[in-house]
Amino acid sequence: MFFPISGADISPVYLAIVGFLIGILGGFFGVGGSFIAGPALRLAGLDWNFAVGTDLAHIVGKSVVAARRHRALGNVDLRLGLIMAVGTIVGAEVGAQAIQILKRAGNVNFVVSVVSIVVYLSISTFMIWESRKTLSSSKGRSQRGVGKAAKSKKDYSAFGPVTRAIQRLKVWPMISLPASGIKAISLWMILLVAFVGGVFSGFLGGGAGYIRMPSMVYVLGIPTHLAVGTDLFEIIISASYGTFSHAVKGNVDILIALVMNTGAAIGAQIGAISTQYFAGPTIRLAFVPLPLIGAAIVIYTMFSGHKL
Amino acid sequence: MKKETARTVRAFAIELVIYAVLVIAYFFLVLHLLGQWLFQLEIHHRYLYAGLAILLIVGQAVLLESLTTFLIRLIRGRSE
Repeated sequence: MFFPISGADISPVYLAIVGFLIGILGGFFGVGGSFIAGPALRLAGLDWNFAVGTDLAHIVGKSVVAARRHRALGNVDLRLGLIMAVGTIVGAEVGAQAIQILKRAGNVNFVVSVVSIVVYLSISTFMIWESRKTLSSSKGRSQRGVGKAAKSKKDYSAFGPVTRAIQRLKVWPMISLPASGIKAISLWMILLVAFVGGVFSGFLGGGAGYIRMPSMVYVLGIPTHLAVGTDLFEIIISASYGTFSHAVKGNVDILIALVMNTGAAIGAQIGAISTQYFAGPTIRLAFVPLPLIGAAIVIYTMFSGHKL
Repeated sequence: MKKETARTVRAFAIELVIYAVLVIAYFFLVLHLLGQWLFQLEIHHRYLYAGLAILLIVGQAVLLESLTTFLIRLIRGRSE
């Protein structure tokens, strides 16, 4: 099928299958999946600038489907999502500016590659440690089952004491998040988490859900199911902003994104519904390979010279 | 439990077939009609194209989500 905007000739079946796979990941883990979608679009012959912009547009569509499903399951904290969207957009602009500075310095590829590898490996290592420790504890063991524990969305974490200490920080203004079961937390802490996620999004590309979802669980103390759903809701806003920005620059082939979204609509629903059957620590443990895949792609491009 | 799982898988398979037929029709009708118009819009009115791109992707997502939910309810005969 010929796509006139990007001038690419790509099989719609391939696009729908890629969208379907990324949809499952997005619905289950609350991530955009750009670390797979970007290389997949490049492999199909799309130019790098179109791959980045079109991927963002596809992320918007997939996140709408998954967030609507998560909302029906009671997994979205709208208040938290709206606050985080502000921090993410500001952070993304800062991250994009950092890239421009590095470009002028002439070492952007090396710095971004090293930073991303360190970040991906750190997240995976920490999440393996935390989720395994939680699952081996008595509270974690009681969550292993797929019955009431998973459906109640109560969450336990080996990192819980640190999270509670963060929640006790009284930095005005304090807000409550009833949907997430948090009585009081500093607004600045939420904005900081969103800002850091946004910086990585602007710096490394994609939606940076691999940083934001774990941060929401470990730093803010949001239950994992709600972190997944709220992150998807937040991604709709921040990715829409990114899509508009890229479309104005001529980097979005919306026809490709629409075709990808036909597969993602099914995949995202499967992923979102599947979260009902797993407890928080199990979802976090299953999340571990995602940053590792991202790290593997970066290492490959660093040493082979091929940009996927 | 096994009976329930088999029912879910069968319902999902039927849903996929119906959905695939609808999506193929969508490829040929909507995208074919929209393609050239969006291409011209992207060249001449970039801001309008950017806004419309978001509206299209969000609109399609809501439509497809509603369609798949409707299909699941129709096939399984009860609300999900």
